[in-house]
This record gives sequence, C-alpha cells and structure tokens, in this order.
Amino acid sequence: MTAISDRRQLAYVAAQAADARVNVELEAEGMTLNIGPQHPATHGTLRIVARLDGEQVIAAEPVMGYMHRGYEKLTEVRSYPQVTTLVNRIDWLGSFANEVPFILACEQLMDIEAPPRAQYIRTILFELGRISHLTLFLGDLGVQLGALTPVFYAFRDREHVLNQIEAATGGRFHPNFDRIGGVKDDLPAGWIAETKQVLGKIRNFLDTIEDLLFGNEIFTARTRGIGLIPADVGLSYGLSGANIRGSGVDWDLRRDNPNGLVYDQADWKVVTHPDGDAFARCWVRLQEVRESISIVDQLLDSMPSGPIMAKVPRIIKVPEGEAYVETENPLGVMGYYVVSQGGLTPFRVKIRTASFNNMSITPWLLKGTYVPDVITILASLYFILGDIDR
Amino acid sequence: MTPFASLLAVELDWWQSTGIRLVFALVAVLLPAGATVYLYLFKMVSFMQSRLGPMEAGPYGSMQLLAEVGKNLQKEDIFPLRADRSIFALAPYIVLMSTFLLAVVIPFGPEATFTNLDTGIFFALAVSSISVVGILMAGWASASKYSLLGGLRAAGQLIAYELPLILAVVGVVIQAGTLNLQGIVAAQNQQEIFGWGAIGNPFIITQIVGFLLFMIAIQAELTQTPFDMPIAESELVTGYMTEYTGFRFLMFFIGEFATANMFAFLGSVLFLGGWSVPPFVTDLLGIEWDSPLFNVLGPLVMLVKMLLITAVIYWVRFTYPRFREDQLQRFAWKVLIPIALVNIAVTGVLKVAF
Repeated sequence: MTAISDRRQLAYVAAQAADARVNVELEAEGMTLNIGPQHPATHGTLRIVARLDGEQVIAAEPVMGYMHRGYEKLTEVRSYPQVTTLVNRIDWLGSFANEVPFILACEQLMDIEAPPRAQYIRTILFELGRISHLTLFLGDLGVQLGALTPVFYAFRDREHVLNQIEAATGGRFHPNFDRIGGVKDDLPAGWIAETKQVLGKIRNFLDTIEDLLFGNEIFTARTRGIGLIPADVGLSYGLSGANIRGSGVDWDLRRDNPNGLVYDQADWKVVTHPDGDAFARCWVRLQEVRESISIVDQLLDSMPSGPIMAKVPRIIKVPEGEAYVETENPLGVMGYYVVSQGGLTPFRVKIRTASFNNMSITPWLLKGTYVPDVITILASLYFILGDIDR
Repeated sequence: MTPFASLLAVELDWWQSTGIRLVFALVAVLLPAGATVYLYLFKMVSFMQSRLGPMEAGPYGSMQLLAEVGKNLQKEDIFPLRADRSIFALAPYIVLMSTFLLAVVIPFGPEATFTNLDTGIFFALAVSSISVVGILMAGWASASKYSLLGGLRAAGQLIAYELPLILAVVGVVIQAGTLNLQGIVAAQNQQEIFGWGAIGNPFIITQIVGFLLFMIAIQAELTQTPFDMPIAESELVTGYMTEYTGFRFLMFFIGEFATANMFAFLGSVLFLGGWSVPPFVTDLLGIEWDSPLFNVLGPLVMLVKMLLITAVIYWVRFTYPRFREDQLQRFAWKVLIPIALVNIAVTGVLKVAF
C-alpha cells in the first residue's frame, strides 16, 4: 500500500516540478524543441536541441554521441585484417568505402601496391557502394519532404546493386572484401554483364527521380534558397563531398588525389553547382550517381587481367610509421590516420568521417530557419548516424 | 412524414425513424470509409509504390482493416501525464462528430436523405469546420510540443482553406440557383449545355475552375499531402495525433478517411450530378429521372462517383511532396481566393447573360 501511495506522491511531485518547468519555459523567450534522439527525420539517434520562436529556430545545437561505439579504441585491439570488419559499420550504407582508406594507409606503410586488377575491382565496388548509397538518399529525400512514393522505388532499385555487391563479395551490406595487398576474391563469372544491366536500371531510376522530385514545383519551392552555405563558410566548417561541391567548390579527391584507386582510367567529370542551397546539394548527388555509373561502366570495359593479390606475408605486421590516407566516400572525405609501432595491431587510429564535419555546420545553418526547413536542411546535408558517432 | 416512412409506405414513430436513420448513418459513413481505405490506402497506393500491400488477412488482404481495428481496440488507452484528460478524451469525438454531421445533409436518392435542408450546402460547409475545434483541442491537450505545433498548424491551415472551399461552391450555387443539395442535383440533371441535354449539365463542365478549386481546398481541409503540414510525419512525428493510441487514434483515423468520403460525396453532388444518372440513360430505360428506383440505385451511383473523387485525392496524396507552412498560406490567399472570386464574378455575369 505504501509503495503505491509513495509512487503516487512521487508522480504528483514530478508533475508539479514539470509544471514549474513549463512555467519557467513560458516566461523565457521561445520554446525548446528536442528534435530527436528518437525522431523520424534523424534516421538514427541524432538529437537537435532547437530553441523556437513560433516555428522559427532561434538557436539549434546538435547533440551527437548517442551511438558512439568507440571504433578508434577498438581498432587498437584488433589485428590489421580484423579492422576492416569493424570499420565496415561506420557508414553502414557505403560499407566497402570505409575499408578502402584504411587498407590504403596500411599498404602505404608496408610499401605494397595492389595489382592492377585488384585496384580496378576496388574502384568498381567503391563506386557501386556510392551508387547504392546515393540511390537510397534520393528516395529518402522524398520522405523527408513528404513524398512517400520515391523511397520505394529507391529500395527496389538499390536492391539490384546490393545483389551485385553480394554476388562479388558475399555480403550485401558489409562486404569485408578489401585485403592488404589486394582483394579477397576475383569477380564471379558473368558478373560484368549483369552489373551492366543493373547500371541501366539505376539510370532509369535516376530519370524517374529527376522527373518525380527534381521537376516538381513543390520540391523546388521547398529546397531552392533553403540552407544556403557560402563556399568560404562551408570550407571553414570542414564540409566535404557533395555538400561543398553544391556550394561551387570544385574539389573531389577521386580526381585530385586518387591514392591507388584507378579513377584516372575513366573519363568523368566532377559535378558542382554554384547555388549552395539544399537543391544544389541534392542535385549534385543526383548527377554524381550518373557519373559513378559512367565510371563503373568504363572500368568494367577496360578491366585488366592478372592476379588479385600482391605478395603479402601470412602474418601481417605493419612497419613502424604513420600514414594518413583519405578518399572521397559517398558522404564526403573519409580519412584514416594510422600510427603503427611495428606490432600486430595499430597503435592508434584516428578516423576522420565526413558526416561529423558536415553536421558541425548545423548551428550556423539552422539559425533563423523554420521547423520544416530544419528537416529539409538535415536531409540535404545527408548524414549517417554511424558516420557521426563512430 | 419522413422520407424513410414514405419509402417503406408505413407510419413510423419518431424513435423508430430516428433509429433507422442512425443505422443508415453508420452504414453511410463507415462502409465507404472501409472501402476507400482498403481500395486506395492499402491497395492502389501499394501498386503505385511497386509493392503488394496487405495480402495475408483474407483474400488479397481484404480483411486487413478488420485486423487493424481489432489491433487498435486491444491497445492500452494511454493518457500523457500532463495531458488535460477530459479535453484529450473528448477531442476525437468532436472530429468524428463533424464527419457524421456532414453526412446528415447529403442526398443519396430522391427521398433517401437524412434531412433535406433548404440550406444544405451551407450547413455542410459549416459543420465541416467543427473538426478544427477537435484538432486544436487534441493538439493543446496532449501536452506535447509536437502536438501543439501540429494543432496550431492545423488551425491556421483549415481556416485558411475554408474560404476557397466556400468560394468554389458559390459558383455552383449561383448556377443552380439554390442552396438545397437536392435542388443542385435536379439542376444538373434538368439543365442543358447549349441545348444539348443528353448528359444534363454536370457542373464539372461549366464550373471546372470551381471543381479544381474545390479539389485543392478539400485536399487541404483533409490535411492530405501536399497540404499535410499538421501531421507531417517526418517533422512533427504525427502532429496532433502523436500522443493518441488505441481507440482514440482509431477514431482520428476513421474521422480522417470518413471525412474524405463525405467531402467526395459532397463533390459528387455539387459537380458530378449526385445520385442521378445522365438523362440519356433514364430515357433508354424509360424511367423518370427521379423515379423511386433511385432510392436504391442512387447510393450505388453516389458510391461510384465518390470513389472517382477519392481516387484523385489519394493519387495526389502519394505523389507530391508537402508544402511549407508559409507557402501553403500564400497559396491559399494569393492564388486560390483571387481565382475563386474571379470565378464567382464570371459565373454571375454569365448567369445573367444566358
């Protein structure tokens, strides 16, 4: 009996305290709205504390770290080949792209170069990952803006790409396919022809999305002029990827510093957009998928034969030294700073992920916007929670 | 003598006829709601989105709605700790009440109507705005910030779009010369388009601007995409419905889709000729346009016309992204209302001219 009445008493006290808080809040300027950590628009556990005046955001602060998994520390107790399994989970939609910079950094330290065929396979899988990643982005964009249909087309067509990744690597989502000195396996028979068919399907999907979303007046009205990032501000916040190319900065590591990936073997161009608003960022991503398709198409045609592994010792020990390698991942620049003391495990790994920097601009960017635009801006910045809190 | 009594050719007590009306009202509101939810919300949308939709409950998932109702009835009825309990509990009833009141004036046949008010359309538009009160109550009483934002958005939006809705209907009223819904049906069946009367004069042809305005306005009144700011699920979770579960959520759900049907019924009465069929069909069959046969056939005719209009509603709903709050208001005040006013002026001039 006492327990129940105690609980009632506690509930009453809690309610009184809550009322008091509400009163304080009503007297203060504006209302604090917690967008997240559980919210449909944050696709994960991002929390944005927004101070609202009506529907206008006075101040917004992202609270990161709800999904921190300690990957940098965990790599220190994993041997080098085991680390790829781990870092697959950082940006879970473009998993293969997470492995590549780490492997490249190790290869740099060990002074190994993967054979050409392995480099081609790496680049193709890297780009297929980007295609599946950004395909989902283009569908999800619709959901964020209230159009529910495109996301189903995105899931349907992304599945074809994932099937190809699975056929080559054995893993739909987490390939764990990259090895120091090459790749795990050669491509299966008939894979190249199938992949070309899939690329055609994605091309159709992109045309559909361009008609359905980018040609839609409401979509343009919702995204044009929203979330303007001038190039200098974007650079000072460390934005990368499509977010900075949407502001007109012509910077793409695939072209500027390919680091052992064979982007120079294909004829493609870096897409930029001068506007710097949400529409520009989304449009750049749409065009980037087209460029990726063309890269994969050309690389499939010019694939060299030969071994897929360089000569690597059975037990991998990376010589003492430090290396930093970054690549242009689907979300932006991702880099691994690997410090080795010559043992079986890395001494320290610093992971630079794109989404963390891309999110850091939100306090600046969200000031003065309206609640619906908060969602548009977050959708156009495009982050993966695992990539923010690694 | 009530319409039902004359239909059955028996004298009924007041309570008897009221009871019959009540049963018919439930049927008229809930049955089409179930049909549209299954046909459009479950199936048509699934096919649009390249999936199958519910397939397990009954043949082609046709019993899915019953399963959903059963699920919602089993759920715990949760009140948020700081909610204003009585208002929180009352809000869904008010939303649903507006739906049933709307059904009262809609004619389903020459005598198959719940009441035949002389100011039928006026009454219909008046009671349809009662739901704003319920939504505002739900948003305020939930003690949740998302609900509050959703409720206030809904209030602003529904009041703004009430005006183009009414103004769009005014053109029809001018052309028909009556506010009575039976009179509007009769006008559409009996009038001619420049001497050609085979299909009568359904106002969708002469009042096409009014019809488009009406469709846009009801889309907003029903808070369907592209005007679904109040429940914007990617921003406000589900707006004013966020804190509702179980039976009360079900009532909001029924209210949403039944109201869509009621507006579609209203639209088919105003623009598609209501329960009557085109004169050339009745000529072919050799019956009067308002023969008592239509007390039975009329509801079916209305159902078909209602399904046409709701098809458009859900088609648009699952095609477009949503507007922002300010764009939505600007669209109502700067685009829809001026067009509606011009439409009224032109209709008035033409009415006098011809």
